[in-house]
Amino acid sequence: MIADGVEDEEKWLAAGIAGLQQNAFYMHRALDSNNLRDALKYSAQMLSELRTSRLSPHKYYELYMRAFDELRKLEMFFKEETRRGCSIVDLYELVQHAGNILPRLYLLCTVGSVYIKSKEAPAKDVLKDLVEMCRGIQHPVRGLFLRSYLAQVSRDKLPDIGSEYEGDADTVVDAVEFVLQNFTEMNKLWVRMQHQGPAREKEKREKERSELRDLVGKNLHVLSQIEGIDLDMYKETVLPRVLEQVVNCKDEIAQYYLMDCIIQVFPDEYHLQTLDVLLGAFPQLQPTVDIKTVLSRLMERLSNYAASSADVLPEFLQVEAFSKLNNAIGKVIEAQPDMPILGVITLYSSLLTFTLHVHPDRLDYADQVLGACVKKLSGKEKLEDKKATKQIVALLSAPLDKYNDIVTALKLSNYPRVMEYLDSETNKVMATVIIQSIMKNKTRISTADRVEALFELIKGLIKDLDDAFHDEVDEDDFKEEQNSVARLIQLLHSDDPEEMFKIICTVRKHILGGGPKRLPFTVPPLVFSSLKLVRQLQGQEENPFGEEESTTPKKIFQVLNQLFLQCAEAANDCDLEPVAYEFFTQAYILYEEDISDSRAQVTAIHLIIGTLQRMHVFGVENRDTLTHKATGYSAKLLKKPDQCRAVYACSHLFWVDDQDNVKDGERVLLCLKRALRIANAAQQMSNAARGSAGSVTLFVEILNKYLYFFEKGNPQITVAAIQSLIELITTEMHSDSSTPDPAADAFFASTLRYMEFQKQKGGAIGEKYEPIKV
Amino acid sequence: MVLVLALGDLHIPHRAADLPPKFKSMLVPGKIQHIICTGNLCIKEVQDYLKTLCPDLHITRGEYDEDTRYPETKTLTIGQFKLGLCHGHQVIPWGDLDSLAMLQRQLDVDILVTGHTHQFTAYKHEAGVVINPGSATGAYSSITYDVNPSFVLMDIDGLRVVIYVYELIDGEVKVDKIDFKKTPATTHSAH
Repeated sequence: MIADGVEDEEKWLAAGIAGLQQNAFYMHRALDSNNLRDALKYSAQMLSELRTSRLSPHKYYELYMRAFDELRKLEMFFKEETRRGCSIVDLYELVQHAGNILPRLYLLCTVGSVYIKSKEAPAKDVLKDLVEMCRGIQHPVRGLFLRSYLAQVSRDKLPDIGSEYEGDADTVVDAVEFVLQNFTEMNKLWVRMQHQGPAREKEKREKERSELRDLVGKNLHVLSQIEGIDLDMYKETVLPRVLEQVVNCKDEIAQYYLMDCIIQVFPDEYHLQTLDVLLGAFPQLQPTVDIKTVLSRLMERLSNYAASSADVLPEFLQVEAFSKLNNAIGKVIEAQPDMPILGVITLYSSLLTFTLHVHPDRLDYADQVLGACVKKLSGKEKLEDKKATKQIVALLSAPLDKYNDIVTALKLSNYPRVMEYLDSETNKVMATVIIQSIMKNKTRISTADRVEALFELIKGLIKDLDDAFHDEVDEDDFKEEQNSVARLIQLLHSDDPEEMFKIICTVRKHILGGGPKRLPFTVPPLVFSSLKLVRQLQGQEENPFGEEESTTPKKIFQVLNQLFLQCAEAANDCDLEPVAYEFFTQAYILYEEDISDSRAQVTAIHLIIGTLQRMHVFGVENRDTLTHKATGYSAKLLKKPDQCRAVYACSHLFWVDDQDNVKDGERVLLCLKRALRIANAAQQMSNAARGSAGSVTLFVEILNKYLYFFEKGNPQITVAAIQSLIELITTEMHSDSSTPDPAADAFFASTLRYMEFQKQKGGAIGEKYEPIKV
Repeated sequence: MVLVLALGDLHIPHRAADLPPKFKSMLVPGKIQHIICTGNLCIKEVQDYLKTLCPDLHITRGEYDEDTRYPETKTLTIGQFKLGLCHGHQVIPWGDLDSLAMLQRQLDVDILVTGHTHQFTAYKHEAGVVINPGSATGAYSSITYDVNPSFVLMDIDGLRVVIYVYELIDGEVKVDKIDFKKTPATTHSAH
């Protein structure tokens, strides 16, 4: 049916054009021979083609345009006629004899145009007459085109200020009145279209309506061109009348289009000054009107206006633009509780852009906007709607772009709260945006607090949020993300070493939660930042903070060392052997090259051994290499007692209870024996140095270690070995040269007690201990 | 009845911001006679705070403590009990009971309090008790996952000590207790 309809329309249009052209031909002939009567007759016939109801607006327009062209020629003819002495008043009268009303009115408008030009009557009278007469056509399409014709021919004849048609009687007020009336009538016709015809053709009608909307809007355009309209007249007359029509017509399509038209057509200063009135109209519109788009566009225009020159900013303040807009938005959102979240965010996004342009220094305003957003978002789940999340990203990016400084954005307390509503993908996107902004602007983040706040914001990149292990994270994307985090770390800097150290610690805290996949990216930059700090401190002659203060190179190396070991442990837990090995290597290198303070070395060694002992991820070779090194370091510690203790601690590296393949009894014994040797040497040194043997504590400790492994079932630890050690200790303690050491005595005593106790336990343990003489 | 608070591994500010509020409200000045802290505070502010709870404060050095003057180990006598304190990162393997028992023998104490693993444990054996009060702030540890904040309160009364452990699990404070009686002191065999 539709296809038929279109075909039919084509046919009718063709017929109409043919008829029109034919009559036009005759009309021309009449014009050439100055035959007024014939000219009128044929022009009326020609115009009758416009009486059709069969054409859609699109096609009607084609017909109309041809008629329009012909009427121009007619108009010229009329002008000639008046010069030849024909009275325009008579002419005006004559055309009204045309049979049908539509041709009659077209002719009347044409004559009217000449009439006004002749100035034989005040423009306003003619215009008034015409605009009233046009009421005769109530058919929407025909009426709209007729009035459009009227508007077109009258355009340059309005009694505007400075126009030749202005006179004592005719003023701009009359011009305005004319246009407003035409506009009002046209709008009514336009709205009426909505209700014509059967309901099932609603869509078709709405489409046709939208084709016609520019005809209506043109009037507003004309109004905006009238020079005589100043701000006062706009405020008092024009805007109220237009808004009245808009609100009263209660038509969704008209309201949306016209509100938008008003905003686009009239100057921004006017809008600012009439903000109250304009915003007041919004709640009165039909609930289905897409207010948010219109409002957003309004704010956009105002933002651009503000951006155009700084001079206009005081105006904004004067009219309290921000609070008015804020309130208006609030009211709109309240009035439409079902507004989808996308709409809400779009509104706030526009408002935020507005705020940033108009009140760049009012962080509290920006924060307010974000806060309102948070409030609206709260109580909802994380957003699923892609468009909405996109809008939020835009919302959050705006302050970044404007302030060019993440530091300022960090001051907006509601900023992180908004981010919480993003799903983890978008969170990461946002985090990346933030990092890019920082890098682009080379912002220096220079206090630990800010770093903390920043890392909170970008936590989506730093670690896995909630439990969502998004399984397929694209490798390359992941690398990119982590690299950007790494680069960010480079930008975190403070010239104050204390502060820098705090920053390093803060960063470390955050990245440790990231898991082994992220550590290879994030740890190196942190390491290098730390090393840079060390250099900086080295450069200072004396440590200006004195010894008790916190930041020294020593501390930093300790931090780094611990960092590596912790990373190794994390890698261990994820069974990533190469990664863990790498970290250990780094830790060792650090130990060798940079930890020179003996006390720090002792602590570091303990940590290394302790961590290594817990590693279960290493294969035999790797483990061997690392253990060998560790034992080596232990033996090279400065003080003999430290050496001794470290070496016997290493014995645990060869024997791990829950790993059956790490139970190398021989190596354990080797370690313990080595420890013994060192203890011996310590004794001798002490003898030589002080003339008396040192305490036997070390021996007792080693004895206890023997017992430990003995109980665990190390076959290399024999009863004989234990026995001889006990004897050795006893001898040493009783020898003349020994220094009485109550602590060592007590230790030995409690050890012996322990062995007794184990004997009495019975069972396997008791059996083991049985042969030992205490 | 003597109350001794044992806690440690707070890692403030590196891994935690502060003690949990529920703990803070329980720890009121004037109620506790001694505080023993295994270490890793890490900053002076924490020491000051603990001092306000009780002036008799004993701390041993953890590997992250900023004040390097804390000792590696400490012993003190409270009532009939000898207590030993050490952070524990020096005792390898970390958290190994037998090695800790060795330290206990070395220090010759009835109650040994160590930390480092961030996990509350309490072992009774013939010579005494080995306690780990865990981490009072629930700080991250590479050794223990899912650390619940915890601390220990010991009530020493003559030859008997009751050990109360307070753990913050899912936002609620849960209390558990362990009893230990010391056998009357036998004279140590002096050589």
